[in-house]
This record gives sequence, structure tokens and C-alpha cells, in this order.
Amino acid sequence: MSAKTRKTLLEPIFTNNPISIQVLGICSALAVTTRLETAVVMSMAVISVMTLSNLSVSLIRNFIPPSIRIIIQLTIIASLVIVTDQILKAFLYEISQQLSVFVGLIITNCIVMGRAEAFAMQNRPLASIIDGFGNGLGYSVILIAVAFFRELLGVGTLFNIQVLPVVSEGGWYVPNGLMVLAPAAFFLIGLFIWAHRSLNPDLQEEE
Amino acid sequence: MKLVRRLLDKMGEPFLQGGKLQRLYPLYEALDTFTFTPGEVTRGKTHVRDAMDLKRLMMTVVWALVPAIVMAIYNTGYQANLALERLHELGGGEIAAHALDNWRTAIFMGLGLSFSSSSLLGCVVHGLLYYIPILFVTFAVGGVWEVLFATVRKHEINEGFLVTGMLFPLILPPAIPLWQVALGITFGVVIGKEVFGGVGMNIFNPALVARAFLFFAYPAAISGDDVWIAAQGLTADGISGATAMAVATVEGPQALTEHGYTLWQAFVGLVPGSLGETSALACLIGAVVLLVTRVASYRTMLGVVGGTVAMTLLFNAIGSETNPAFQIPVWWHMALGGWAFGTVFMATDPVSSAYTRNGQYIYGALIGVMVIAIRVVNPAFPEGMMLAILFANMFSPLIDWFFIRATVKRRALRHG
Repeated sequence: MSAKTRKTLLEPIFTNNPISIQVLGICSALAVTTRLETAVVMSMAVISVMTLSNLSVSLIRNFIPPSIRIIIQLTIIASLVIVTDQILKAFLYEISQQLSVFVGLIITNCIVMGRAEAFAMQNRPLASIIDGFGNGLGYSVILIAVAFFRELLGVGTLFNIQVLPVVSEGGWYVPNGLMVLAPAAFFLIGLFIWAHRSLNPDLQEEE
Repeated sequence: MKLVRRLLDKMGEPFLQGGKLQRLYPLYEALDTFTFTPGEVTRGKTHVRDAMDLKRLMMTVVWALVPAIVMAIYNTGYQANLALERLHELGGGEIAAHALDNWRTAIFMGLGLSFSSSSLLGCVVHGLLYYIPILFVTFAVGGVWEVLFATVRKHEINEGFLVTGMLFPLILPPAIPLWQVALGITFGVVIGKEVFGGVGMNIFNPALVARAFLFFAYPAAISGDDVWIAAQGLTADGISGATAMAVATVEGPQALTEHGYTLWQAFVGLVPGSLGETSALACLIGAVVLLVTRVASYRTMLGVVGGTVAMTLLFNAIGSETNPAFQIPVWWHMALGGWAFGTVFMATDPVSSAYTRNGQYIYGALIGVMVIAIRVVNPAFPEGMMLAILFANMFSPLIDWFFIRATVKRRALRHG
């Protein structure tokens, strides 16, 4: 892997994470992270949509008239999202019910459009695939980390397997009800951002 | 005193620049300035010369809290002893024995006291056995966070936590598990205050943030009818542990007398509830102290009173067939729940309240309106003081912004 490819792939995961640095895609990060299962499926959906949309946009980037480029990008992304949604409904019906509208709302996820516009419009297909995949991974890392803490602390389970025995079933763990509510995702993402910026002082703005 | 000074100086050596414990300097500094007035003075050209520094301000609040703390200790023991007596009358000795099967009873019995609501000492000691552990956990855990942040950020330990640490136990139910106290104050100090940069930077009142965290995370331990009387599990059988506030909002003001609550009781504070919030009288004494020393803003308090009266009268006038809470009169609203405590000690927090003078009226009124609206209209929350103050905290910078803009505009017009 060349240094440039590695940078394209790894930068969005660590130093330029779409959620914790650019603070994009927060809406779904709040909504689908009460359980790990839904977070993982959502992550896979976003990764595949982003990879494929970056690829498609990059392939036709030289034929897109600049004045209508946003509409074309949206059409591509929307088609991919619909396909993803249908696949989930066909093979993972239960989870797609839990994810409800949020799969459909990947269309409005700023990260997808942002990468198509900022990267795929200027770069070759292969680099675009890597960029889409990397940004999808960056999104997924945060999503899964948030879901890990919310499910573990909120209901005492991981992937629906009881890890912390809860009081109502004779164990010792008292579930933290706040973790199941949306504000918990805000607090957790905020804490991640805090930790991230404390560990990387060069991310902090000059005062 | 010279001996103490010498001792402190000797002790301080390793903490100074270049010493072994240099990193822990804030810890030494806190002990030093707690004992002696700091020798340094501000040397810049402009600064306010006033005896009222942050430390004295915070200590005044602590003094003003004394009546509420005394009432908290007495009433907690009194309510628990009263419940035990009634339980014995009803023949529930077994439940009482179960409820008393904890370390507090062992200490209590060891002192040779009896669970009698008429014994002053019995009530005070029983109350202390609940109040002291909560207070201790609050200061131990919160103190560790304070020292940690002061050490990492290299600033001095601030007295602000002293007040937060005194306020927080008073707004908790007496039977709260101690690990929840630790978790709550951790959240309050870290997320409520340090995230924003420490004392003076926080948007919300840290003590209320801590309580709100517990309220949403562990609702079973801080809401409902079973947690307001100290001895655990006592309310399950034959005795209602519902607070007067809950009775009033669910069954209406008439039900208060049926449950044996009088306005005088609620005013003095001999009703079940959070530790320090039950006594409006104690809060009134605190309010006098805070207003005479001008530590708290009378504008904020007036605003809350105004908002409360206006909103209550509005609800009284509208009336409702189905919701008896519409009929609660103003004086009951003021005597019950956390209204008095919140108005005097929470709403007036100088950091999280509005600081423009006219803004304080608006800020107070917003609290008054919101608390009555939550109590009356929202069936999920019988009490609304905590949420109302947090809500108004959020708006205080906006309120200030409008009043500052108005002043700028007015002066610009006047002076061209």
C-alpha cells in the first residue's frame, strides 16, 4: 500500500474522523446506537453506500455538468440507499424494522454527499473507493464505540447477550436508564471528542 | 497560630517549584489558603477592592444553608421514626425489622437510642446517619475530581465545589444508594462543570446537573412514592410515602388534608421529601441571609415569585375537569417540593443565572412559569423545579445578550 493510499484510508478513521472531528452524521449516531446489533448493520449499510457512491460519482465525474452535479450525486446516492434498504428488508427483516427510517435517511447523511462532492468529483475511481470505505469506517468506529457503551451500561448486554447480570434478574448491575435515551449518545460522542483532542493537541484551535 | 504557619511552611516545601510533589501544588495551596488568608494581592492597574472575594461569597452561601441542613437532619430522622411507629401500630413489625436490618440500625442501637418521633435526639441521630454518609461521599468523590482537574490544568482548587458539595446532598432523597451519589457528583463535576472549563464557565448549575443525571439514569431511586422516607422499604405496606407534592399534583389540593398534610407542616418542612428541600421556613431564613449580605440577587428571587404567582393564577382561572392540579393555590405551590430551596439557593447561582440586572427578572420569571407548567400540565413529573432551573440556565446567556444589546443601542442613541 502506497503512503498516499494509506493516508486516504486511515486519515478519516483517526485524524479526520467524520463524526468526532467534522461533526457530521450526528443524527443517525444518536438514533441507531442503543444496540450494538443495529449500529453494526447501520455501519455496514453506510460503508457500502459510501464506497459505491464514491465509485459511481468518480466514474462519471468528467461527464457531470457542474451546474447540476448535486442533483446527479443525490440521484446516485438515493438509488444506492434504496437498494440497501431493500436488501436489508429481504435478508435482515427484524433489524431493518428496528432501524426504521434511518436506513432511508442515509441519503441525507452529510458524510456521503460530502465525500462525493469533496473527493470523488476530483479523484480516480480506485482512490475514491478507498476514500469512501475509509470514511465509512471512521463513521462506523464511532458508531460502534457509542453503541458498545450504551448497550453495555444501558441494559447490561452486548449483541443481546447478558454481560452484566441486571438486578431485575437477580444480578448486581442496575441499568443506567440515561444510556438508553438520546442525550447519552451526545455525552459519549462529546467525551470521545474531548479525549481525541486532548491526545492530539494539534487538533485544538489557537485561542 | 505561628506554630500552624511554621508547620504549613515546612509541609509546603516539597510542593513548591522544583520540589518532589510539585504537581500536587494545588492540594497544598487549598489547605494553605483554607487556613490563612492568601498573602498575594492583585497588582494590575484596575481591580475591584472588596472584602467580598470568591471564598467569602461561597462561605456566606454555606452559612445560609445551615438552617436547611439542620432541618434536613431532623426531618429525615423524624419521618423515618414516624413511619416506623405507624408500622408497629399497624402490626408490621416484621417489615420494620427487615427495613432496619442495616449498619445504621447497629450504630443507632449501639448508642442506646430509640426510634421515637418525639425524641429530638433520636430524630437528629437517625437523620445524621443518613445525611453524613451522603455528604461524605459527595465531598470525597467530588473532591477527587476537583483535585485531579486542578492538578492536570495547573490551577488552584476553587471554593465553588464547597457550595456544590453542600447543595447536592440536600436535593437527594434520603434513601438514595451511596454509589449513585458518587456517580451523580462525578457527572455533575465533570460534565456539568469541568467540561466547560471549571468554575465560572459552566452553563448549568453542577448540583442540578448531577441530580438530573440520577433522575434520568436511575428513576427508581429518585422518583415515585417509595424513596422519600429514609428507612428502606418501609412504604410498601400500609404507609404512604408519597410526597405532598405528588399528592397535590395527582389528586388535587383537597387530597392534601385527607392525607394529613397541613400548610404549616409543609412550610416548616415536616413532610417527606428530598433531604433539605422540605422546609420553606429554613429556605426563607437562608434567603434573608443571602439578601442582607447581597450574595444572592433579589431580582432573580422576585422574578421566580412573580412567574409562579402569574402562572398559578392563570391555571386557577382556566380550571380543568380532569386535572386537579390546576386548582393548587399559590401558597401550596410555594410551600411544597423544591420550590423554596430552588428559588433561594439554585436559581440564584451567580454563574449559571443571568447577570444583567433586568435579565435576572426575566430569568427568574422563566423559572417560575416553567416550574408551575411542569407541575400542573406534565403528568410524568410531579415536581418541576430542577428541570425549570436547568431550562432557564440554558437561556440566561441569551437573555443577557438581549439586554446588553438594548443597553448598547440606547447609549448609542444618547451619545450619537
